[in-house]
Amino acid sequence: MKSPQELDRFEIRFSGLGGQGIITLGKIMGQGLALGHGYNVTQTQSYGPEARGGSSRCDLVISSKPISYPKAESLDLLVALSQEACNTYYPYLKSGGVLVVESDLVKQSPTNRFLGLPFTNLAKDKIGIAQAMNTVVLGSLSFLLPFVNQGTMRKSLESVLPSKIKAINTKAFNLGYRLAKKQWGDDVGDVWRDEEDLTRR
Amino acid sequence: MARRKKRKEIFALGNEAVVEGALLAGCSFYGGYPITPSTEIMEIMSARLPKTEDGVFIQLEDEIASMGAIIGASLAGRKAMTATSGPGFSLMQENLGYAIMAETPVVLVNVMRGGPSTGLPTCPAQGDVQQARWGTHGDHPIIVLSASNVQECLEMTITAFNMAEKYRTPVILLLDEVTAHTREKIEIPNEGEFEVFSRTIPSMPPEWYKPYEETVRGVSPMPPIGSGYRFHVTGLTHDRNGFPSQRPEEVVELMERIHRKIDQFFYDIQLVEEIDTDDADVVVIAYGCVARSAELAVQQARENGVKAGLLKLKTLFPYPRRHTERVLAHAKSLIVPEMNMGQMSREVKRVNMGRVPVRTINRIDGQIVTPSEILKVIMQG
Amino acid sequence: MSEITGNEIIHQYLRHNKKFPHVLCAGCGHGIVLGTLIRSIHSLGIPRDDVVVVAGIGCSGRLAVYVDFNTIHTTHGRALTFATGIKMANPKLNVITIMGDGDALSIGGNHLIHAARRNIGVTALVLNNNIYGMTGGQSSPATPLGSTTMTSPYGQLDKSFDTVELAKGAGANYVARGTVFHVRKLEKIMTEAIARPGFSLVEAITPCHTQYGRKNKYKSPVDMYKWMKKAAISVERYEELPEDQREDRLPIGVFVAKDRPGFEERYFAMKAEFQKKTVKGGK
Repeated sequence: MKSPQELDRFEIRFSGLGGQGIITLGKIMGQGLALGHGYNVTQTQSYGPEARGGSSRCDLVISSKPISYPKAESLDLLVALSQEACNTYYPYLKSGGVLVVESDLVKQSPTNRFLGLPFTNLAKDKIGIAQAMNTVVLGSLSFLLPFVNQGTMRKSLESVLPSKIKAINTKAFNLGYRLAKKQWGDDVGDVWRDEEDLTRR
Repeated sequence: MARRKKRKEIFALGNEAVVEGALLAGCSFYGGYPITPSTEIMEIMSARLPKTEDGVFIQLEDEIASMGAIIGASLAGRKAMTATSGPGFSLMQENLGYAIMAETPVVLVNVMRGGPSTGLPTCPAQGDVQQARWGTHGDHPIIVLSASNVQECLEMTITAFNMAEKYRTPVILLLDEVTAHTREKIEIPNEGEFEVFSRTIPSMPPEWYKPYEETVRGVSPMPPIGSGYRFHVTGLTHDRNGFPSQRPEEVVELMERIHRKIDQFFYDIQLVEEIDTDDADVVVIAYGCVARSAELAVQQARENGVKAGLLKLKTLFPYPRRHTERVLAHAKSLIVPEMNMGQMSREVKRVNMGRVPVRTINRIDGQIVTPSEILKVIMQG
Repeated sequence: MSEITGNEIIHQYLRHNKKFPHVLCAGCGHGIVLGTLIRSIHSLGIPRDDVVVVAGIGCSGRLAVYVDFNTIHTTHGRALTFATGIKMANPKLNVITIMGDGDALSIGGNHLIHAARRNIGVTALVLNNNIYGMTGGQSSPATPLGSTTMTSPYGQLDKSFDTVELAKGAGANYVARGTVFHVRKLEKIMTEAIARPGFSLVEAITPCHTQYGRKNKYKSPVDMYKWMKKAAISVERYEELPEDQREDRLPIGVFVAKDRPGFEERYFAMKAEFQKKTVKGGK
């Protein structure tokens, strides 16, 4: 494996509705980046009544150096899986940051620079269960983010799942990866591929 | 030198790291009652302890019972702990005092949430700092530790058990919701890479043994119940045998000894971490998750040409006076950010005694003090 | 151990390095309960190193210090919580709690019902003297309706707890009641309670003339013992009495006697299962 790309506080927020598996998504991605890719990662989340329905949120800070402040402050990537989450958190996206939305659930994007896929319906139609939606997202992001190694992330995903749902999630991951590549294009992650741009504070 | 054995890495919550630390320290008894945001500690213990060689897990009817059960278990020779949050911490105060009086080692983890009362069950705060110091009634010594990241949750839990055993006293580990609910990569140290201290067991014949002997160290050996050393344990003020006493000379001997046994070992107990303090004009004194914000703020201030430093408190009580004094030798001002109305800043001010300005940053809205808030105050000079 | 009887036995078990006299008043029944406990333990042949006496707060709480066992004088109402920790930490120990009526039924009521529900292998002695004695005679949850106390000067308004019914309802393994007048019977049930698995509760009716009797028309401690003699009736005979004759009678004897395994037995059996699996899985 080639040496990982240098990162200095790359901040991701996953947001949406309770029950969409947002925290699990953040946990698995964080674990993959921390243990599989060797980055420093802090993963924090909103707890409380909103975690039992309503809205849900999970943040990752990824860095090559030790992370002091563990929470996300200005986002490099916002993943919004509901209209409300998109409205609430879009202001935290830094200029040049990327917005990824669930294109069926986010009807009105606050910007016309965004990436979308109908993750829920993809999971329902192509995988057969809506609950695999978060894994489809994980697959798509593994394509989008240039510092994520697809194979490592898939392996990390498989390592945390119980055996009976492993195969279906692998399928969902691959679907997300494939569709992102097809719909979003090969150069979609170039914004972060520029190392100078990444290390500038 | 032989190459170090590779450490196991896990991506874990602060609360999970507490469990890892406890098990490494030899904890074999957990008694508790669920409460947000500490519950994961209990849940993981309930899965892990029954599968260890001698581990015991029990869910009690409330936090009062939890504290009673772990004191009982400790008297019977176990390294025992419980974990709770605000309201539960209040319920534990009475028996916490008992553990101090009966000199019973236990570890109590309090994951702080917003208060008073039911308050903000899912939001972070640091409002229990002075309660940890003075929550139980009567004059008493106490050791209070804290942690600001997930690796420290593991390390400070080990330290908490070691201090409890070494000084025959309850030790409180104060965490906050942010630290407890942050996931990070941590390394699990291998056996032999960290110290594990266990209470000394008496070797003299039972008839010579005095459980509360007046000694230089102030800590008597402690046999487990059932090992042939039959003695009396009480929350009443007692003599060296443990029998109740109201004689002034015996009362004062006991009270002075339980204070002395902790005060005189300040160099072992008072733990801090210093970042860029050597030449700092502005020193931020912080603990828990706020120390992480402060660390970033100090770094950013340095980048902006201000000589800032961070004194991170890992021991909150007894307050690290010595380290504060050292910082005060050259600092022109101190900043104490915390998620309360100013609880630790009182201690800082007591040491400072008006020498330099002490500025406080206080948040009580269930949100962490951010790096930019601290940076702003640092840059004010 | 050589053949010893009566007071000699008790003398053997007292702590000789403890300063006497004791705290109990003349006419108090607590000493009789303690003597009964010593004889029960002696008759079972339990080594004193294996006995843990865990007491609460109050006159009954002070009993622990006099006897040469492992003794723990805990906080008010919490004896059962400490005892639960001790029993789980070392199930080989014989753990006996001594609590008063205020201790066990009021401030420690929650612990009592959960110890019974959990069926932890602890023997709970509830020394019921119907009053908070040590603090000077305030009403307790066992103070009879209408009684005069320092905090019910116009008569106790609320009904008192029936310890036996409470323990039964909470699922205790063994429930019995005795009085300090019927000493032999008390010794018999106490011995049985200690020998049983799981949670056993023995309520011992013991008079407090100083704080209760004097204010409630008992001229002397002797009157209170006379009352016990008159009111007590074996549970078997009590059951036969018609409803209207049951009032003012105090059924004594064994109310529940089951042999369900204690919580600690079930816990360690579960652990043993895991260990078996680990050994198998390791190959």
